[in-house]
Order: sequence, then structure tokens, then C-alpha cells
Amino acid sequence: MKIHACDYTDFRELNQAVGESADETVVIDRCVGQRYIGCGISGKEIQITGTPGNALGAYLDGGTIRLKGNAQDATGDTMNDGKILIDGNSGDAAGYAMRGGKIFIRGDAGYRAGIHMKAYEDKIPVLVIGGKAGSFLGEYQAGGVIIVLGLGAEKTPVGNFCGTGMHGGKIFIRCKRLPHDLPPQVKARRASAEDLSSIEGILSEFCKEFSVSKKELENEHFYLLTPDSANPYKQLYVTN
Amino acid sequence: MINYLYPDYEIVRDPSKCIACRVCERQCANEAHSFDEEAGCMVADSSRCVNCHRCVSLCPTRALKIVKSDHTFKQNANWTGDRITEIYKQASTGGVLLSSMGNPNAFPIYFDKILINASQVTNPSIDPLREPMETKTFLGKKTGEIRRDEKGRILPYTEPQIELSVPIMFSAMSYGSISYNAHESLARAAQELGILYNTGEGGLHEDFRQYGANTIVQVASGRFGVYKDYLEAGAAIEIKMGQGAKPGIGGHLPGTKIVGDISKTRMIPEGSDAISPAPHHDIYSIEDLRQLVFSLKEASEYKKPVIVKIAAVHNVAAIASGVARSGADIIAIDGFRGGTGAAPTRIRDNVGIPIELALASVDSRLREEGIRDNVSIVVGGSIRSSADVVKAIALGADAVYIATAALLSLGCHLCRSCQSGKCNWGIATQRPELVKRLNPDIGSQRLVNLVTAWKHEIMEMMGGMGINSIEALKGNRLMLRGIGLNEKELEILGIKHAGE
Ligand code: SF4
Ligand code: SF4
Repeated sequence: MKIHACDYTDFRELNQAVGESADETVVIDRCVGQRYIGCGISGKEIQITGTPGNALGAYLDGGTIRLKGNAQDATGDTMNDGKILIDGNSGDAAGYAMRGGKIFIRGDAGYRAGIHMKAYEDKIPVLVIGGKAGSFLGEYQAGGVIIVLGLGAEKTPVGNFCGTGMHGGKIFIRCKRLPHDLPPQVKARRASAEDLSSIEGILSEFCKEFSVSKKELENEHFYLLTPDSANPYKQLYVTN
Repeated sequence: MINYLYPDYEIVRDPSKCIACRVCERQCANEAHSFDEEAGCMVADSSRCVNCHRCVSLCPTRALKIVKSDHTFKQNANWTGDRITEIYKQASTGGVLLSSMGNPNAFPIYFDKILINASQVTNPSIDPLREPMETKTFLGKKTGEIRRDEKGRILPYTEPQIELSVPIMFSAMSYGSISYNAHESLARAAQELGILYNTGEGGLHEDFRQYGANTIVQVASGRFGVYKDYLEAGAAIEIKMGQGAKPGIGGHLPGTKIVGDISKTRMIPEGSDAISPAPHHDIYSIEDLRQLVFSLKEASEYKKPVIVKIAAVHNVAAIASGVARSGADIIAIDGFRGGTGAAPTRIRDNVGIPIELALASVDSRLREEGIRDNVSIVVGGSIRSSADVVKAIALGADAVYIATAALLSLGCHLCRSCQSGKCNWGIATQRPELVKRLNPDIGSQRLVNLVTAWKHEIMEMMGGMGINSIEALKGNRLMLRGIGLNEKELEILGIKHAGE
């Protein structure tokens, strides 16, 4: 099914059309900022060109969303499963509280990417950012894997306050120098061969999806950030 | 350093009654009682006692009582014993003081300074036992919009609503902060009563999906246990922006409590802290709130009302006005006396405002702006009796939330030690041997009893006023008079003084 997004100025009608389509693949072209596309769906492939609005693929529960263009804020908010591929940049709060599935962003991500990311049983969410990430990357991260590749970036490809409140999961950053303001509870080290082999599959998938040469990734080393405790608040209180 | 603090409460045992059956010893999770083999009698360590009355209630010979200690610092109206002890605690640990349940301090209780009207002579009162009396209410947008088909016929259309047999709901308490059996009691009682209970931010246990029609599922900043099926499982979705006991402060369930089923229901690994920071880091404006409201509506296909819960704070009227324009169907306002499983003492005791004032000012503001029908208003934060319910509704609420009252009917004795996880009444604990003390058959029955009794009382008060429908009481502030209130207070409450 093919939908011309311009025919629907209202996001509600557009999303209803997507929801009602029996086709497994739905193509939306000339998207002009309609919000909540693919919200809570599963089992479909949605191909989008143009610029979808906020909360693309929020609560996504399976299936794939492919976007040729830039995404706005809150992509994949609280997503549970499935895959969101953005061949462009993303706005703020991509992957907020995601618990499963994958978000691949070819270009840059805005502020607060991957914050509150979790993991649960066999679900390990993955967020890969091809370019740079804004400030507060992985804030309150409780699980999952965030990878920032910094392709085309000259400096360390993350903003300020990376990993603030992080208490689980991993952040890989491909860079020469670590961010200068890592919080004290975050441990950073050069990723070992073993660490890298754990994300090998993800990187190959990313490279394949966006035709990035994997060789290019190898010319720079990765740092791995992990929290030193799953219980950052333990010592804070006294019973009154 | 010397750290001994004389306990606030003392365990008093009448040796002439005690038969050393050791029930108190087994019942006290704080291990305050023990049997002294040498002396052949029971002994008590009052410093361990939290004053929960479990032992007192279960002692077969009524040999126990707990009394307030008469041990005292030198009397000082400024440096009270509490302030002094708190300093000692902080000086020895460096910790933030942590408390539970609602603000216990002596702030004014406006409900107790408001009196209800009754009819005499001219407008006859109604006998609820003999005449029909409606306590049913619907929560949701009351849209004035009329939709017609192409032939001009009116199409029946309402925004999604919650139907309540009586305007009372059980407010948010998460599985994790309270026990499985407490949740089961609430869920079953809600079903039997035709009202709703609220999952809190801890997700929904699989076993309780069957009570979906009577469930409000909550979405907080940490988004624990939130996924598509969860959003569809309940009758309404609540976004938690704030909580009366700790406005501006987030929730934090320590990793030690994230075990077994709790980790499953919250969908996070065992042992990991569950952190829900105060702000949703994707909400910095009413526009952003609107985005979350609509993403939840989209995910649940516009079938469920969305509630936005905020704490009663200084600018509550302006905030509520924004919320009413965000697309939310219901605003829940939580007053500063609202309970909590754990909150920093300073926040609990000093932040926020009384629900009575917040409610009155929100209702007035929304009316002034002509947007009162955009939303229903639900208030909580220490509704203690049916009279409080009647007063809240006359001040402008559509319904109330109760939590502390509900826990009290489950056996809570307000010992305010929920944060310890050792609740002897099986409520604020996850220890299996304690949880099983709360029997959900009995618990749910007691909740049903409480709400049924309140319902009768509400009908009697309504009948007395000559009102036979809860809808006619809503916002009917002429039915209220203040007593001992100053002009500013009366102005905010929008009521006259008694005698006027
Ligand atoms: S904590 Fe409760 S059960 Fe234990 S001694 Fe005190 S009142 Fe009795
Ligand atoms: S729930 Fe339990 S621990 Fe909390 S105040 Fe009530 S009796 Fe005490």
C-alpha cells in the first residue's frame, strides 16, 4: 500500500490509514511532519520518505520502520521490539526508555539519545548513531547498548554529561579522546577485542543497511563506558 | 561517637498477663521481642519497635501496649526532640532523611474547617433508604461538540469515559512498593465495587490482567513495564507528572526490592535500581505533554481516557489550565498530605499545598477560562472520610482518589516505616512470610466494606441537602461554609463563612 502523506494533514487519519492497511508493507511518501507514525504497531514494514513528526515508532512492538530523511523528537519512545532505520539525522530523545529492538541512525542524534534505556530478560535494546550524539547521551541508562560511531566527526562525537545517572548497559564511542566530563560513576576503558566482538554483528548490520564500509570503522578505536554500580542511590539515605 | 537515641515509643508488657507464648516474637519482623531463656520471660527492645501494633493486636492475653515515651530533651519550642534527633541521624550518617506515608505535621486541615449544609422546611431532604439516589459518575471530557451525518442527523458521540458506581478510586501504588496480596485486594475490591484501582508505575502483574476493566495503568518517567499490551490492558492510562508526597522528586525503588516478580512486572533486571526521575526528560512544556498524551492515545487507539497526575503546588491552577489544554481527559491532583512508600522527609513535610485549596483554585480557574468541561478533576492527598469526599465534590472535584484510607482498611497502622520493607501487616513488603499475612479474600472484603459504608454516608449527606444525584453536588459550593477561616482562605475556597 502506498500513502501520500500530503493527502492527510491530520496525523490521526494518516495513522488510521496505516493501521487499517492489511498489507505487510506500507509506503508513506512526502511525509510532512505527521506525528506518531507506527505508534504501537507490530508485524509491518513502514517505508517513509520525507520528514515524519515526533514520536515515530513510539511503543513499537515489532516490524520495521525505514525512513529516508530526518526524524524529529522521541523516535522509538518506550519501544519494545522491532527496528527503526533512519537514513538521516534524528532529533532529541531518540530511544527514550526503549527496552527492546534496534534503532539505527545514519547521521547525528540530538540531545538525550538513549536515556532510560533498559534491558529485560532476553531483550537487549540497541541504539546506533552513525554520526555525533548531543548532550545527555544515555542519561539514566539501565541496560542495552548504545554505539556512537562518529563517522565524519572531527572531535569526540558526544556532547556534555554523557552517561549521567547511568546504572546499567554499555555505551561504545568510536573516538580518539574520551568526553572530558564523564560522571564519576561511569568507568571508561578502551574496548577490548572481546568487547568489540560482542557488537560485531550489530556493526555489520548497520554497515549493510546504510552501505557504510566496515573498514572505515576500523581506523579508529572504540571506548567502552559502563557504570560502576547498579544501585547508584544505595548510600544516600538514612531512615527517619 | 555515641549514637544511642532513646526510642520514641516503648513496648509495655503486663507480666501478670504474659504467658510467654512468643507470638509477638514471631510476628515482629523488626525483632523487637525475644524470649530470655535464663529469666524465663519475654523481653522487648523498644529501640527496634516502629509502633505498628502488630504484636498488640495479636497478643492472645492482651498483655501488650505501646506508649509514647516520656523521655524528653529539655523542653524547647524551637529545638524540638524531632529536630534534634534528625540532626544526630544526619551527623552520624551523612544521609538524606527518608520517611514514608503522608506529611504528619500540624498544618491546617481545611476539610475540618468546612461544614456541610442540610435542608430544613423549604427544600425537603431526601431519605436515601426510600428514594432513588444516584452516586454514579463518569470521568472524561464532556464535549459540547455535536456531530451530524450527511443528512444532518445527530451522531451519538462521546469521548472515552470511566464509569464509577461511586466517585471514589484507589490511587496509584506500585507493585513493589506494596505487596502482591495488597494489589490483589485492591483489584478485586475495585471490580466488586464498580470502581478503579491504579497500578502505579511498577507495571501490571500478569495475574491481574483479568481486572483490566477496573484498572488504571500508570506511565511514569522511568516507563517501567510500559508496552503496547500494558497500555491496552486497563480502562484508562495515567501519566504521572508528580506526586503530592514528593512534588518535584522522582521515584526510586532500590535494587534490593527488584526481585522475582517485581523485576518481571517492571521489565528490568533483578537487583537494578528502578529510577524514575522527577521530570520526564522529554517533557519541558505543555506542548511536550500533549505529545505524550497523544502518543498514548494513538497507541491505545483513542479508546481510553488519559489522566495526567500532578502534585498540588503553588501554581497549580495555571498548570492545570495547561494540562486541560494538552488533550488529557482527566487531571488528577495530589495534595501535600498524600502518602508515599518512601520520600525524603524534607520534601514530604515542606513541599506542596493542601488539596482543598488546590482543588478550589483549579476548578475556579478552569471555569473562568471556559475549559472546565475539557477535563474531569480527581483529587487525592488525604481524603479520610465520606465527609471529605462530599466536601471535595462540592468544591469542584468529579471524583476522589484514596490510598492511605485503603491501606488502613487492609490493616496498615500508619507506623510510617514502609521504606524498611518490613511491614508487619503484609502491605509494604515483599517478604513472602509477611505478605501472606494479608489475606486477599479478607482484604478485598474490607475495602468493599469501607467504600460501601462511605457510599451510604455520602447518600445520607446528599439526601440531607436535598440533592439526589452526585452530579448536582459537583462544584455546588453553596452547600459549604467555612469555620474559623480568614477572608483570603474563604476567597480561595470560594465559600462563605458559617452564619453568612
Ligand atoms: S514493631 Fe510492631 S510488632 Fe514489633 S514490637 Fe513494635 S508494635 Fe510490636
Ligand atoms: S503500610 Fe505497613 S509499613 Fe507502611 S505505614 Fe502501614 S503498617 Fe506501616
